[in-house]
Amino acid sequence: MKNDPSLLEVLRQQGVSRRGFLKFCAATASLMALPPGMAPVIAKALEQAHRPSVIWLSFQECTGCTESLTRSHAPTIEGLIFDAISLDYHHTLQAASGSAAEEARMAAMKANKGEYLLVVDGSIPTADPGYSTIAGISNLEMLREVAADAAAIIAVGTCAAFGGLPHAKPNPTGAVAVSDIITDKPIINVSGCPPIPVVITGVLAHFLTFGTLPKLDHLGRPLAFYGNNIHDRCYRRPFYERGQFAESFDDEGAKKGWCLYKLGCKGPVTYNACATTKWNNGTSFPIESGHGCLGCSEPNFWDLGGFYNALSEPSVNTGNAAAFGLVAGAAVGAASGIMARKEKDNTSHAHQKVTVNDLKRGESQ
Amino acid sequence: MSHPTLPAIEVPPWETGNVQPLLHEIGHALRELLNNNKETCIDLHALPMAPGEEARLVEALGKGEISVQLRALGKSRIDETKYPGVWLITHFNANEEVVGKFIEITRIPDLIKSQREDIAAGLLNLEDELHEE
Repeated sequence: MKNDPSLLEVLRQQGVSRRGFLKFCAATASLMALPPGMAPVIAKALEQAHRPSVIWLSFQECTGCTESLTRSHAPTIEGLIFDAISLDYHHTLQAASGSAAEEARMAAMKANKGEYLLVVDGSIPTADPGYSTIAGISNLEMLREVAADAAAIIAVGTCAAFGGLPHAKPNPTGAVAVSDIITDKPIINVSGCPPIPVVITGVLAHFLTFGTLPKLDHLGRPLAFYGNNIHDRCYRRPFYERGQFAESFDDEGAKKGWCLYKLGCKGPVTYNACATTKWNNGTSFPIESGHGCLGCSEPNFWDLGGFYNALSEPSVNTGNAAAFGLVAGAAVGAASGIMARKEKDNTSHAHQKVTVNDLKRGESQ
Repeated sequence: MSHPTLPAIEVPPWETGNVQPLLHEIGHALRELLNNNKETCIDLHALPMAPGEEARLVEALGKGEISVQLRALGKSRIDETKYPGVWLITHFNANEEVVGKFIEITRIPDLIKSQREDIAAGLLNLEDELHEE
């Protein structure tokens, strides 16, 4: 690993000039939401950075997260960051299959013991290991095996971060998040269904640049991207302030671009970078297209009482979801896993209680 | 328990109201450049902008005397605005998609200068050429 070329050398080999490298660093600082003055610091760090080995495990997932990341056409900035890592195992993308693929995983684990990054997308079934296996190995067993010698774990997507769609009521597979099982490794949750591609690569870039993980919020998400809620950064916020709301998707208010709060927008309780980073290479984000935020980067977003119910409306009881969470936690026998689940359930509980008045109260404090 | 009602923010429809404060910020930075030689860089992607607002900002800054096109990892446009010392820098990738947009308040953006490493590599190439002849 130590003999691998540095990122700078990789870029040089691709014919990238020093100017190109500086441009790359400026765009990287921007995508990591760092002040532009940090670009020279990034340049200096990346000159020496070596390619980290990455093992990517896909469990109960739809491959949407991998799609999100690989949609970009090379050579984009995020494409270059993706090229700069040594992706040693990813069963959707790799050419090898069967025992050859598993051997590649074992070889990478042995060669980079204690230093490789583990990326996980998808939740882990605990009700019956047979629900999801890779080469006959249960997801639970493979996660534990690979996590044991990982430097850090990146849980990509809401499934890996919080249980995701498989964890939705009635959670037939007993799906849990990575953090419910692994409790002795640094875990960074890059939630979203799917996450914004540059957020995934931003975390990788941060690791490449600083060799550490970025600062995290109380749900283990990088603050640089999840530090603000959608509502606070939404360009429709002034309409909310003036009490101008669309009441239906085709009324005068909707046509004038008024606030979508009453149509179920979850922007006020959803922490993500959509409103500034935007989607489809910076084209727009859901609210700009006239649809409220679904809250996909928050725990249990599908069980919050309906995508089109306003946050202030009473929603269905999520008690069952909490019970399932506790049972799943007990099944894996991880006390801190239960604590983590409890925090997430508290979060979802808090979601139901938020009203327009609560929001105003929060602002006036 | 009563709570003070927040005063309504007066902004025209479809706007965040960020353009005017940004122009003031640029003004302050320009004075810093003039008096203390201090350079400033503003990342436009870090700010919420309503549709059309960024275009209004660019329009307000206008076009100056210098336009540079960089070709490295896709194109980049580096334009001095009608306010000398205020540069608008837009980075594109190979698919012409915007990957970064900055306002730099400086005498000349660093990216325009020939870089030491590129000069060294160019010199080697030139010497190779001369050697072959």
